[in-house]
Amino acid sequence: MTSTASEDPLSPPSQRSRAHDTSTELQPMPTSPAMDTAAQDVSLFSSPMAPRSGTSEVDASSPLMYGTPSSRVEGTPRSGIRGTPARQRADLGSVRKAPQVDMHSEPVSESCCHSEQGAGQRLVIWGTDVNVGTCKEKFQRFLQQFTAPNSREEENAGLDLNEPLYMQKLDEISVVGEPVLNVNCSHIQTFDADLYRQLICYPQEVIPTFDMAVNELFFDRLPDSVLEHQIQVRPYSALKTRNMRALNPEDIDQLITISGMVIRTSQLIPEMQEAFFRCQVCVFNTRVEVDRGRIAEPAVCRNCNTTHSMALVHNRSAFSDKQMIKLQESPEDMPAGQTPHTTVVYAHNDLVDKVQPGDRINITGIYRAAPMRLNPRQSQVKSVYKTHIDVIHFRKTDEKRLHGLDEDGEQKLFTKERVAMLKELAAKPDVYERLSSALAPSIYEHEDIKKGILLQLFGGTRKDFTQTGRGNFRAEINILLCGDPGTSKSQLLQYVYNLVPRGQYTSGKGSSAVGLTAYVMKDPETRQLVLQTGALVLSDNGICCIDEFDKMSDNTRSVLHEVMEQQTLSIAKAGIICQLNARTSVLAAANPVESQWNPKKTTIENIQLPHTLLSRFDLIFLMLDPQDEAYDRRLAHHLVALYYQSEEQIEEEHLDMAVLKDYIAFARTSVHPRLSEEASQALIEAYVDMRKIGSGRGMVSAYPRQLESLIRLAEAHAKVRFSSKVESIDVEEAKRLHREALKQSATDPRTGFVDISILTTGMSATARKRKEEVAQALKKLIQSKGKTPAMKYQQLFDDLRGQSEAAITKDMFDEALRALADEDYLTVTGKTVRLL
Amino acid sequence: MPTVHDWINNPLAVVDGLFAQSNSSPDWEKKVVEYFKEKLKLNDAHTWVPSLNDVPLYYLKPNSLVKFRCMVQDMFDPEFFMGVYETNDLTSNSKQVKCGKYKDITVGGVDFNSRNTVTSERQTFYCVPIPGESQWAKEISFIWCTSQARVVPSTSYVPNRHKRSYEEDDEMDTQPQHDVDMWGRPKRQETEAPSHDSSSAHCTSSLDLNFPLPGEKGPACLVKVYEDWDGFKLNDMLEVFGILSVDPALSVIADEREASSLLDPTEVTETVEEQRVHSPPPSLVPRLHMLYAQPLVHNNPLLPSSAPENNGDHLSSVLGELASVRAELHTYLTHVLMGDSLAAEYLILHLISNVYSRRDVLPLGKFTLNLSGCPHSSPYTEHLYKVIQQLVPSSYRLCMSLHNMNNQRMVPRKDYTANRLVSGTLQLANNTSLFLDETQLEQGQLDATGVRNITALGNLISWQKVDYDFNYHQMEFPCNINVLITSEGRSLLPSDSQVNLRPTLNPPNLEEYLSAVQVAQVPSQFNKYRIYLSGARALNYTISDEITKAVEEDFVEMRKDDPQSMSAEDLHRLLVVARLLSLSHGQNTLSRDGWMKAKQLEALRISRTQQQKSLSGNEP
Repeated sequence: MTSTASEDPLSPPSQRSRAHDTSTELQPMPTSPAMDTAAQDVSLFSSPMAPRSGTSEVDASSPLMYGTPSSRVEGTPRSGIRGTPARQRADLGSVRKAPQVDMHSEPVSESCCHSEQGAGQRLVIWGTDVNVGTCKEKFQRFLQQFTAPNSREEENAGLDLNEPLYMQKLDEISVVGEPVLNVNCSHIQTFDADLYRQLICYPQEVIPTFDMAVNELFFDRLPDSVLEHQIQVRPYSALKTRNMRALNPEDIDQLITISGMVIRTSQLIPEMQEAFFRCQVCVFNTRVEVDRGRIAEPAVCRNCNTTHSMALVHNRSAFSDKQMIKLQESPEDMPAGQTPHTTVVYAHNDLVDKVQPGDRINITGIYRAAPMRLNPRQSQVKSVYKTHIDVIHFRKTDEKRLHGLDEDGEQKLFTKERVAMLKELAAKPDVYERLSSALAPSIYEHEDIKKGILLQLFGGTRKDFTQTGRGNFRAEINILLCGDPGTSKSQLLQYVYNLVPRGQYTSGKGSSAVGLTAYVMKDPETRQLVLQTGALVLSDNGICCIDEFDKMSDNTRSVLHEVMEQQTLSIAKAGIICQLNARTSVLAAANPVESQWNPKKTTIENIQLPHTLLSRFDLIFLMLDPQDEAYDRRLAHHLVALYYQSEEQIEEEHLDMAVLKDYIAFARTSVHPRLSEEASQALIEAYVDMRKIGSGRGMVSAYPRQLESLIRLAEAHAKVRFSSKVESIDVEEAKRLHREALKQSATDPRTGFVDISILTTGMSATARKRKEEVAQALKKLIQSKGKTPAMKYQQLFDDLRGQSEAAITKDMFDEALRALADEDYLTVTGKTVRLL
Repeated sequence: MPTVHDWINNPLAVVDGLFAQSNSSPDWEKKVVEYFKEKLKLNDAHTWVPSLNDVPLYYLKPNSLVKFRCMVQDMFDPEFFMGVYETNDLTSNSKQVKCGKYKDITVGGVDFNSRNTVTSERQTFYCVPIPGESQWAKEISFIWCTSQARVVPSTSYVPNRHKRSYEEDDEMDTQPQHDVDMWGRPKRQETEAPSHDSSSAHCTSSLDLNFPLPGEKGPACLVKVYEDWDGFKLNDMLEVFGILSVDPALSVIADEREASSLLDPTEVTETVEEQRVHSPPPSLVPRLHMLYAQPLVHNNPLLPSSAPENNGDHLSSVLGELASVRAELHTYLTHVLMGDSLAAEYLILHLISNVYSRRDVLPLGKFTLNLSGCPHSSPYTEHLYKVIQQLVPSSYRLCMSLHNMNNQRMVPRKDYTANRLVSGTLQLANNTSLFLDETQLEQGQLDATGVRNITALGNLISWQKVDYDFNYHQMEFPCNINVLITSEGRSLLPSDSQVNLRPTLNPPNLEEYLSAVQVAQVPSQFNKYRIYLSGARALNYTISDEITKAVEEDFVEMRKDDPQSMSAEDLHRLLVVARLLSLSHGQNTLSRDGWMKAKQLEALRISRTQQQKSLSGNEP
């Protein structure tokens, strides 16, 4: 065998790993017997630091004692590389067994081959082109030299990005004492493409080499550090990140990164690494390594020569932890109309119990395949392989969602061309109109509503004032649609729900407070309390579409108060007290109480929603049936076209949904507009103007909430333009849209004026004034009657009606009585009114 | 005869032969597929292939070519297998390269370290017979096949039977009496497929075959797909031609593994449930290695199943008498609907409706019909369903009784322990008629399941989609199901159109009357109706610019008079009615006349509904 043995990518999994294994025994267990490994390592690694003490008796502290479980048990942590016990890497382990089997019979083919390299020999690991010395050197150079000045990863926070990144991480390890070094594969790739290729193709050979390299380096630098065990290198984000569907036989035994969702985790499986036997006659102890899942029980005691006297002592045997995890494709990766795939993943040692069902994770690991277990009595084999992934590194993708902002995880990867295309689109002057018309093309007109929803999809800029104690400011825009039934409100909601990646759709009728928020459940098996999140929490960073908002019970609606302003959700239930983030935009649709919208009534009266909730909506639109001929004609044309135009024609006319999706995703993650000086002035003016309108008539027509809405809308509009600054045109549009919405929803039907207090207090200022007038008139009436301690209710009512020029209803009369009662002027008992 | 049908009786010999010729160049795989495609094309050769739908499994020869008309119910994970492997015979010390494609089991001692081994990938689909397939569709396709496929002489399965009897005896010995009985039966009687009874009877106890509809019978099958599996979708209807694999060793292996897994818990990657689902005994769920699959646009055996453009030819032959067929069908349905000709008209429109396109979330072409005013107590709806069953190739009647709503699993759900999609009644193939019987609904409390089921039905009607429950998230599967709701008053579910039934006849004995109507129809007449309905649904449809203009004008006019009476939604419905009405008359395009007729029809219907409203409004 000369030079590098090239690997056929199609070769069966068994071949590469056990090519020289004579037996047909299947599925060796992940083991690493001490002696053999040590012996193997000597021949494998021609590194200078390979001193070996003792011959048959193993030095537990040797760094070459790669994977001796016993070494973990013995010895307290000491400093220095030789004093730090190595820890078995079960994640790589399952094949390490292989080379040593033949070691004694054909040592040459086993470990190394000879290739001409100038002066001397160049050793590579059998079956690969990896030279241990070079590889180690390269990796050490990488650790010492690699810098990532542009890194934005969370993990690198607090590190000096201009200094060698991984050296800082090594320092961190010595401080924190967690002997794990996570290495981003893309860093290795930019540093040395060849090393990266080797890592991907031969992970089970290369990663141990990396381990050795990093430990040498670490203990050279910090000889006094004390670690629990030797540092383990955990590569992640292999560039071959792909979804599960793309895995194919060529990936077997390679390092892969895939994303998915955990659907099931098994209980902890103790896996025996080393069996401990004791002779029942002479109490002689011996240890036997597990060999491919089997233990060769010693038949004869070596000490006293008694046969069949050795008994297994369980609690002195060494075990390692293992856990089976089922991973399912994330729903986003799936082609429509198919069911998700699942993969089996094994986690070892400290990775056990790191993930829970429901977690979204990226895992990096080695893809394995093994033939189904052979039936010993039959020569037939099921010709199917069992596949699994030995995990090396987990990365939760949704971990940060519950705690803070996660722009990084949200980052959808766009190709350069796509970004260029989106930017080109953004540069067009009419991009705002284009996008809004691309939104739900099957729904006709309602331009302003679509624009409002478009701005909602983009959202404002997040502002964090927690440092100054003012908490987060809401960046999400909430919209309420109300209007006649059958004006395609539901359709609009469905569209939005389908458009955004983290959308939830619920109906007011079918949802309970619990379904919206979160509830605590006891897992029947583990008796563990589990928090199940509801629609609002699930749509964190997305949009929660609530249909039939008016049908929702008051109880359910009340949870929305917190969500819609504070953007959090507090739970205090069954011993769990927590606050979850629910930074969700709410898009709600409500029908009028009287099935048809009554234009003579205010919005509040029409939909009968509490004004406290209404004021939390930035925009409230009415979807009414406009009744004019030109509109009808266009509507008819639109609908007929909808039914009879071919798909292609439609495609040409509008931007398709995919572009819109990408556009929004890109803007949400990469554009963070800030207010310019000019825009702030414009906003101040706009606000002052709004306040002025009302002050003329003696009422307040705008509140700080409206100003905040304006700011959000202006920011969202700037995002639509991909602009990093909010300019006056953004404010103009925000003002216009806000005004339009108000015009529709906050017009006082009695006066025809826009009156914001309809939404903020539930009653128009004129109505309030009226109420007071009636009360005063009543008071006067009573006073005019002189000293009568009690009056008949009906009598009083008739008197008041007779006196007043405006019609007074019974309701108004009752209200006036109540107002006077509040003043402690009178009390009403049954049919009599008493003065106090 | 057998020599001619070698490729049917022993297709693996063909595969092996082609593999041996190829000298390990990879294009032999294509050659195999092409070979069988060619063979099947030849003068109706596909009718010679025995069908798993009709022939009991134990009559079929293992490793022979069979076909299976089915729906993809679940998709399992892809699996890696030994595409090519080398055997090492220890006794003679000879090595041999073999092909593992289209097989479950390797033969001979496999040399796992051979350099010649090629790992390949394949996908497994869990397929069930098309849910709710009408008896007539089964029978007709059966008769068409039997004339040819039953050439396999009965003697040929006797030895077969003996070979496999060891395995089967174990399972069957509880009912040997019945067994003998069955074997002694003349063939003709088996066409009613009672032979499935025994297998399904004892399988339901041990193994849930996961049929979407309760009470379904027939074989389920694990179909192994070797290429282009991304092209198939869940709930697709397929006619699969493949190699049947029922090797008893498969279940032996399963047993062994189960036993060994008990001993060695570290080996368990699959739970017991998972094993039961993914490797059920082949005597119950045979494996089918797909050579070729034909997607079915419809499952009406009276029409050619191939591409829709050929349908035109077929229909044009019927088209000549289309007008008369339509008239006859209309009369028939009028009788069935107790003399209500308007309802009969709408029923025809409903039966040929079809989601032909989707515009963003809006499905176009669906026409859910709500027949209100159905008598409550009498078994009328049951009879109505039977009539519809006679007309459409697949259908299902869902009694919306409180018990059913609260207990039935409608939305398919992913069972993560067994790793499969547990089917529900709403997992139906395209163009299935779903008959919702709301007259069965009584007052009472709906529990959480009931509310979810109602929501699911509502979604199905409004958006033609079902959100499958994947526990951690939901996944939307678009569907194309014709929903007909019968109710006393207006249905609580949404519908596109509500017709209030107004009987003009009042037969003293409803049942007698209906069966008399039924008997009056000749079977050949039914076949005409069936062809007509399936054919009209598949027609293309366009609308000219001129008519578009006219429709617009008309709409503006109508709005002028009374904006309340004509909303955008009404126009939506009117356009669908016009479309279906034209199609039902075999017209490919909307004419002015057709538009007027559609308007009249709608006006008639609406006036009736309003009358009904005012009537009920007068009641206190």
